[in-house]
Amino acid sequence: MTLDSKAPKGIPLAEKWKSSKFNYKLVNPANKRKYDIIVIGTGLAGASAAASCAELGYNVKTFCFQDSPRRAHSIAAQGGINAAKNYRNDGDSVYRLFYDTIKGGDYRAREANVYRLAEVSVNIIDQCVAQGVPFAREYGGLLDNRSFGGAQVSRTFYARGQTGQQLLLGAYSAMNRQIKAGMIKSYTRHEMLDVVVKDGKTVGVIVRDMVTGEISRHAGHAVLLCTGGYGNVFYLTTYARGSNATAIWRAHKKGAYFGNPCYTQIHPTCIPVSGDHQSKLTLMSESLRNDGRVWVPKAKGDKRKPEAIPENERDYYLERKYPSFGNLVPRDIASRAAKEQCDAGHGVGETGLAVYLDFADAIKRMGQKAVEAKYGNLFDMYKQITGENPYTTAMRIYPAVHYTMGGLWVDYNLMTTIPGLYALGEANFSDHGANRLGASALMQGLADGYFVLPATIGDYLADVERTAVSTNSPEFDEAEKAVRQRIDTLLNIKGKKTVHEFQRELGLIMWEYCGMARNDAGLKKGMQLIQALRDEYWKNVLVPGEAAELNQNLEKALRVADFMELGELMMRDALERRESCGGHFREEFQTPDGEALRNDDEFSYVAAWQYQTQSAADSILHKEALDYEFIKRSQRSYK
Amino acid sequence: MKLTLKVWRQKNASSNGNFETYQIDNIIEDMSFLEMMDVLNEKLTKENLQPVAFDHDCREGICGTCSMYINGKAHGPLKGVTTCQLHMRSFKDGDTIVIEPWRASAFPVLRDLIVDRTAFERIQQAGGYVSVNTGSVPDANAIPVAKAHADTAFESAACIGCGACVAACKNGSAMLFVSAKVSQYALLPQGNVERADRVLRMVAQMDAEGFGNCTNTEACEAECPKEISVSNIARLNREYLAASLSK
Ligand SMILES: Cc1cc2nc3c(=O)[nH]c(=O)nc-3n(C[C@H](O)[C@H](O)[C@H](O)COP(=O)(O)OP(=O)(O)OC[C@H]3O[C@@H](n4cnc5c(N)ncnc54)[C@H](O)[C@@H]3O)c2cc1C
Ligand code: SF4
Ligand code: FES
Repeated sequence: MTLDSKAPKGIPLAEKWKSSKFNYKLVNPANKRKYDIIVIGTGLAGASAAASCAELGYNVKTFCFQDSPRRAHSIAAQGGINAAKNYRNDGDSVYRLFYDTIKGGDYRAREANVYRLAEVSVNIIDQCVAQGVPFAREYGGLLDNRSFGGAQVSRTFYARGQTGQQLLLGAYSAMNRQIKAGMIKSYTRHEMLDVVVKDGKTVGVIVRDMVTGEISRHAGHAVLLCTGGYGNVFYLTTYARGSNATAIWRAHKKGAYFGNPCYTQIHPTCIPVSGDHQSKLTLMSESLRNDGRVWVPKAKGDKRKPEAIPENERDYYLERKYPSFGNLVPRDIASRAAKEQCDAGHGVGETGLAVYLDFADAIKRMGQKAVEAKYGNLFDMYKQITGENPYTTAMRIYPAVHYTMGGLWVDYNLMTTIPGLYALGEANFSDHGANRLGASALMQGLADGYFVLPATIGDYLADVERTAVSTNSPEFDEAEKAVRQRIDTLLNIKGKKTVHEFQRELGLIMWEYCGMARNDAGLKKGMQLIQALRDEYWKNVLVPGEAAELNQNLEKALRVADFMELGELMMRDALERRESCGGHFREEFQTPDGEALRNDDEFSYVAAWQYQTQSAADSILHKEALDYEFIKRSQRSYK
Repeated sequence: MKLTLKVWRQKNASSNGNFETYQIDNIIEDMSFLEMMDVLNEKLTKENLQPVAFDHDCREGICGTCSMYINGKAHGPLKGVTTCQLHMRSFKDGDTIVIEPWRASAFPVLRDLIVDRTAFERIQQAGGYVSVNTGSVPDANAIPVAKAHADTAFESAACIGCGACVAACKNGSAMLFVSAKVSQYALLPQGNVERADRVLRMVAQMDAEGFGNCTNTEACEAECPKEISVSNIARLNREYLAASLSK
């Protein structure tokens, strides 16, 4: 199968989305209610898509595993959302946001997609304000902005340190309005465990009620996977504990190609690991880098308190290495630089796996009050977790897994390689290339859900039979049977090791061999280790309890089983990509001063993997070539 | 440290529950409360017993999923934090900790420490939104909003929907939660048009769900992890009165 991105070609960038919208087939308003759309996931992408499709008149069902749509992982986003409003008059434009995103992604994203994202970004802010999202404002009553995540313009809109929460509550309120209107039926504490495909088209899903254990079938004319990222394959991450890859992995096994699985974002400003008991890592918004300064002691193994280390014995290594961007270099660069310092013995704290993020100068310059107003909640959180006071001593930070740029491969219309199956938000691979800029995930999730999908889905549905899809078919029978079998198998192994132990072990393997720096030998070894761990899992896992009850161990066991396969594919992808780009750093490919060395001649493509067997060694690689019509590629430089 | 845990165990909504006592060792101060529960659950699992079911997700105080009633307080002894943000440094060696689910007739127990909070969903569906469709809106800066109003609206909107206010209240009242949502919209021009209708519908739904009456004990504010102010309740009462009179 050749991959067709369906991105319009041969017309000016600014015309592509407009012209596509005009060319899409439309569904007659009276017919829309005859189409059933199933939305899996109610984060920013899912909630906005569900509400917008329902407003158009489609019949929508939503599913999420939390007890309320409002609790999706999007709720945790802190820093903000980008939009090319140019309210600051500081030279921002749609083109600049487009350019920054392509460059930030190290030239591994599709031009047409990214331009569209930048274009609709402005509508997102309008939409959210109209919903009553309480963004930060200035004294004149207009919206405030800040510069974020390495951007040289102030285009980030925010709601204190809780932007994701406020945006999600906005999308959730739009959903609630449609639930009330009878256009959306919302299922909470329900987990999707398989996609059903018939005659090459998506016809529905198999779902488990997490309270009763009941397995049910749901049919639809289209299914949207809005299930978020798969970073929890690393175990210790900034993701919510429940975030998982099951929906997209099951879709992958049914034929949806997986795009760029190895592209993982490691966020530079997280609270370091403190011990084996740790269940998650907490991110502190990188807006902290606007005023905080990152440094390590010049002397190796310096165990003095940070306050006791004089100025001339500190190395502000980001400011030194990247004078023009300083502490605001993109995430991949900041993370790698921290690892470099720690590997070289300059790390601080008990484990030596941390660097300082210091606000002493900011407090001197702006006063403690101003720092408190800007970052108070983040400082409180730090204190809560570490027991230290960041107003008087420098914070310790270390990089942690935070986001996955990879995901299901989708075309310009957000459709996967299975007709009728779409992927939105973090669950797809689109838009961010090999590295995502700060405040751009919220933008992408809402762009996909509010504006892109509602326009593209009609083009597919217009050609689909309007009669209700039946759940009475051999395909549904088979999918349901397979789900039941998987559950029974897991419950009946009755081995000796807990799911939790397996998950931690998998995470350690991933972090060691597929983390911030990767190499050929390590990846090969990692793949073997995962295969062995997976074999052991299916022989020795211990899952207490029964299928027909609320059983949290079983939920986790199903998710970890899928992570065990996905992890290996990530390694295979990282192995095949013999270049460094964005978040993917191959030690063999670096410039003399240690920066990522891209290879556009050989690797300017999206890797789209086709599933064959449980072992990623058998997966088939398809390449979607990335042609740059408008932007001239260069070596990324933030010096 | 060594601890004695008295934990509420209940198989499902229709069975009777009871307290079970567990001894647990090697707990360190840096652990969060939920990490301590993870240790207990690993231990139970290894003994092939059912681990304690409890709700959690983000583990950083924002999703509103975690919900434990610890030593007679919703979210435990610390002010302004959720269960997941509570750390074991708030306890000491030898302590006995009593852990229960939210207790309220509108929040039935589903299993162990997990309750059904869908009553909150229905209240929000009754009117917790501004009726705008995607796409049909003015420019974001078309309507200025006084900073003070925007900030106060934000403070109300910071509610995480955890339900601690209901659990803390001897009447099982949901007034703090409902008033926070009503306030957010009442303070913003965008919410103004449907203001009267909204408050009437949300309060009617709250009553229909079987939440108790507010008798101004202010226990809700004291145990709310986001320190949502009871001044929201006063605003709700004013909004409700004004709306009732205008009908
Ligand atoms: C701590 C933190 C801070 C962040 N800060 C920012 C920021 O400031 N700016 C920014 O732009 N981005 C930020 N991000 C990234 C951003 O929050 C996410 O990428 C984005 O919110 C993902 O949204 P989503 O809608 O794709 O998925 P999610 O919000 O993850 O939602 C996933 C949904 O899928 C459901 N689901 C998953 N699997 C299943 C299944 N099998 N069955 C049923 N339902 C399922 C879940 O219940 C949930 O509803 C941050 C991320 C983290 C971790
Ligand atoms: S008002 Fe406070 S206690 Fe009540 S639901 Fe909201 S955050 Fe929780
Ligand atoms: S688990 Fe999210 S608030 Fe506690």
